[in-house]
Amino acid sequence: MDVTEVLLPGVGLRYEFTNHRGERVGVVARRTGDFELVVYAGEDPDEGRPVLELNSEEADTVAEILGAPRIAERFADLTKEVPGLVSGQVRVGAGSAYDGRPLGATRARTQTGASIVAVVRGEDVIASPTPQEVLRGGDVLVVIGTHEGITGVARIVQG
Amino acid sequence: MRTPVALLLELGLLLAALSVLGTLARRFTLSPIPLYLLAGLAVGEGGVAPVPAAGQFVETGAAIGVVLLLLTLGLEFSLTEFAVGMRRHVPSALVDLVLNAAPGAVAGVLLGMDGVGILALAGATYISSSGIIARLLTDLRRLGNRETPAVLSVLVMEDCAMALYLPVLAVLASGGQWWQAMLGVLAAVGAVLTAFAVSYRWGHHLGKLIAHPDAEQLLLRVLGLTLIVAALAEFVHASAAVGAFLVGLTLTGETATRTRAVLSPLRDLFAAVFFLAIGLSVDPVDLLPALPAALALAAVTVVTKILTGRYAAMRDQVGRRGQLRAGTALIARGEFSLVIVGLVGALHDTLGPLVTTYVFILALVGPVLTRLAGPAPSRPRPAPDTRDGST
Repeated sequence: MDVTEVLLPGVGLRYEFTNHRGERVGVVARRTGDFELVVYAGEDPDEGRPVLELNSEEADTVAEILGAPRIAERFADLTKEVPGLVSGQVRVGAGSAYDGRPLGATRARTQTGASIVAVVRGEDVIASPTPQEVLRGGDVLVVIGTHEGITGVARIVQG
Repeated sequence: MRTPVALLLELGLLLAALSVLGTLARRFTLSPIPLYLLAGLAVGEGGVAPVPAAGQFVETGAAIGVVLLLLTLGLEFSLTEFAVGMRRHVPSALVDLVLNAAPGAVAGVLLGMDGVGILALAGATYISSSGIIARLLTDLRRLGNRETPAVLSVLVMEDCAMALYLPVLAVLASGGQWWQAMLGVLAAVGAVLTAFAVSYRWGHHLGKLIAHPDAEQLLLRVLGLTLIVAALAEFVHASAAVGAFLVGLTLTGETATRTRAVLSPLRDLFAAVFFLAIGLSVDPVDLLPALPAALALAAVTVVTKILTGRYAAMRDQVGRRGQLRAGTALIARGEFSLVIVGLVGALHDTLGPLVTTYVFILALVGPVLTRLAGPAPSRPRPAPDTRDGST
């Protein structure tokens, strides 16, 4: 697809392209981070009809929505891309020394290098738990790290 | 420390009045500059509501306003954008210069001014207001239009011409022998070229020196450096405005972007004070005699700017209607015409009232004409607020 880039001195850039239905579309990217979407559809070919105005936060969200399938793929590839990185699940034993103590007390990451990214408790999932999160017997920890790291975490919380 | 009650009260009332006027102007997509000038006239000597206590502050504030206006102009400037403009719009810039400086020069001769007066008036009719026009294009939602790059390119070239023109004018206005003036002109041109070279080669070093993650530190550093350079420039008769512009030119990249963001509210405040001060410095009694000349000059330069815009847009293969929109967009004159008067106004009794009236007319007429040349700006209708069900 051909995208024409036009400099708007002092303002930013304008991108212009034709979509599959033959409509001319313009995107004004301002230095401030705001965006403006226009179409050239009227009888005057040089006049852009404003369609949308987005501030930088909104533009980010729209870009995320439009690029979502690709982003999901990238996450799936993450463990493939980093050799040696695996995820695993570790069960907190009922008689564990950390039953009823905060996650931070295990010092799991300091000792093993592996990160606990979620705690599964029955039906609930606590994503990105803080060190203050109190563990209970029966919790399942989702761990990302090396094989040895995950085994290390298992040894700590099961012991 | 004693708190000056009268100063605070007068200043507060002044700013409140400016805010009301500004809101009023913006409602009709007009520039508030003419109204600020009127407010200055009203509170000046012979006006309806004099402000003796705030007068001193307004005078000081105006000097800072000019420095900040030129500093931000320099910050906006980017060599890449200038190079792109150069590639396409050198003929447009020449047409712009010849068509719009000539009426001012001719009027200066007809009014019997000396060389400096003629040069100043030519500059005042030449330079469009990039502040008014950039805001106008945004408000009318024309940034996506195909004629807009041509309009903006012309503005960038004008701003660059200002960089060479202002020092020349400042040196000539400060008087002295012709060879002194020539030497001064050479020094000024040299300084501008050096600033370009510095910003191109070593801009990032200076940026590192100035840059600081804390906004307060950044503000203090940039403002301190700018005021020092401005004072030195004024001391050698090259005008504080030029010094500030040079500082703006040398700051580039991330530092320039952040500085712009930090400075822009301060610039807006002191620029408003500057417009107020210009209105203040003019005696309303002098305005009436200046009116015929200003009207004639405005009528001629409306036409010449339209021709300039049409030519520039035509070079970008824009159709007839777009050409007309480009031409009318360029009409507005504003802050820089007034900066020119600020430089030499004290030497010429007739120049101040004439250019003030001229800017007053065109800052008002320009936005109206370009609004008429295009379709009405379609404001996105605010969606009914469904959260509280009040609609």
